[in-house]
Amino acid sequence: MRDGMAWYDRLLNIDRRWIYVLMALVVIVPAVRPFTVPVGISGEVRAVHEAIEAQPAGGVIHLAIDYDPSTLAELQPMAEAILHQCFDKDLRLVITALSQFGPAMVDELVTRVATEHGKQRDVHYAFLGYKPYPAITILAMGSDYRVPFPTDYYGTAVDAIPMMQDIHNFSDVACVVSLAGGNVADMWIQYGNAKYGVPVALGVTGVMASDYYPYLQSGQIFGLLPGVKGAAEYESLRERPGQASRGMPYQVTSHLLIIIAMIVANVGYIAQRRAHAGGR
Amino acid sequence: MEANWGTLLWQGGAVFLTLAVFSFLYADNPFYKFAERLWVGVTTGYWTMLLYHQGFRDKVIVPIVYEQKWYYLVPVLLGLLMWFRLSPRLGWVSRYALGFYVGISTGIFIPLAFKTAIFLQVEGTIRPVAGFWPAVNFTLALIGVVCALAYFFFSRPHTGVLGVMSRTGIYTLMIGFGAGFGLTVMGRVALLVQRVIFMRDYFVSLWGSLF
Repeated sequence: MRDGMAWYDRLLNIDRRWIYVLMALVVIVPAVRPFTVPVGISGEVRAVHEAIEAQPAGGVIHLAIDYDPSTLAELQPMAEAILHQCFDKDLRLVITALSQFGPAMVDELVTRVATEHGKQRDVHYAFLGYKPYPAITILAMGSDYRVPFPTDYYGTAVDAIPMMQDIHNFSDVACVVSLAGGNVADMWIQYGNAKYGVPVALGVTGVMASDYYPYLQSGQIFGLLPGVKGAAEYESLRERPGQASRGMPYQVTSHLLIIIAMIVANVGYIAQRRAHAGGR
Repeated sequence: MEANWGTLLWQGGAVFLTLAVFSFLYADNPFYKFAERLWVGVTTGYWTMLLYHQGFRDKVIVPIVYEQKWYYLVPVLLGLLMWFRLSPRLGWVSRYALGFYVGISTGIFIPLAFKTAIFLQVEGTIRPVAGFWPAVNFTLALIGVVCALAYFFFSRPHTGVLGVMSRTGIYTLMIGFGAGFGLTVMGRVALLVQRVIFMRDYFVSLWGSLF
């Protein structure tokens, strides 16, 4: 019977809905009373920033926006920060979207940021759009962008796009930055980097991040933006706070709650174990 | 957020759906079911049309009908064979297409998988480094990798040196899982935060528009 429970049993049987209520309360705190959080810059994030920063005006970057709305919260701030950086530096961008629910979202984002910088489609950037089967698409792009993408997202023949005249395959781009919310990241490593040797950097969700650090150490990727923290670091490097930096205070309050919940649960667990051991 | 009534109406719908999804945290309910089915319906419709336009039209209709590239009929035929999976009696026919697909994909995949997941990873683990801290990191990573592998070595009892290595391997794995958990929490919270910021902005613009 619940009323007869020992205190440690009560700690271990807290209704999960109380945790949700507490979580709702702690994320409301920064919404009502905003504060800033200092963000340290890690080497793997700095590497991506420096690689793009090192490109001369007119250099070509392939930005692969391979996520969909389900991972937008973590990856869109990265895409936005990188787009700002590339347009600020007058780089040319080849943009693709290898997630089926991504293209419309990418179109909205790229058009908005390009307009903000006074950049023109087909002159400063080309958005080739989406094709199914990412592995096959990446392999084909390594041969020629025109194989998987005879036309761009808007139906213009790629041969008719002024910016694409001297861009044929990965040999013509300085690097690929893939912002991926799924296993497309693996395909860029396997088919983009290993087969064609194009330098690849990744921006991935927090859930995926720990899986991709080994590729950083082995040099298969030259940089990594892990989750919303990576995005916030990138925004800090750009000295242009955006959605990720705005979300960091929420991360602090919610992580504090989770840490407290873990301590409470562990105290209950240890006490229960001791009580059971003493009773034997 | 732009504060005109049209936007507020659309964004209001998004706020309602967000709250409907969150309501599942309390218990399953009709609001959640409505939001779930709406999402499934919209995504299915969107993806179907996208596959038709980006896949079927570009890879079948345009090359064959408009450009008369007849060799495109071969993959189309292989694709059609796949539909025989639906027939219990003629299902074996689909194996020709599957065999072709598996053969091609493994031919490409296996050498690259060896290179990326084994050779380059081993090379990355034992490559020479310069400097004090890189050397410390390298040593820790090497010890961690060897000990984690020892934990999965079951041909001998985990006693003595192997026992120590195995225990160190467990700690290494626990640290890895802990880091993964922390990042996962961060990712999940990011999704929540994005919706909270969206709703906050919505209510602020609604308040500004009304008063």
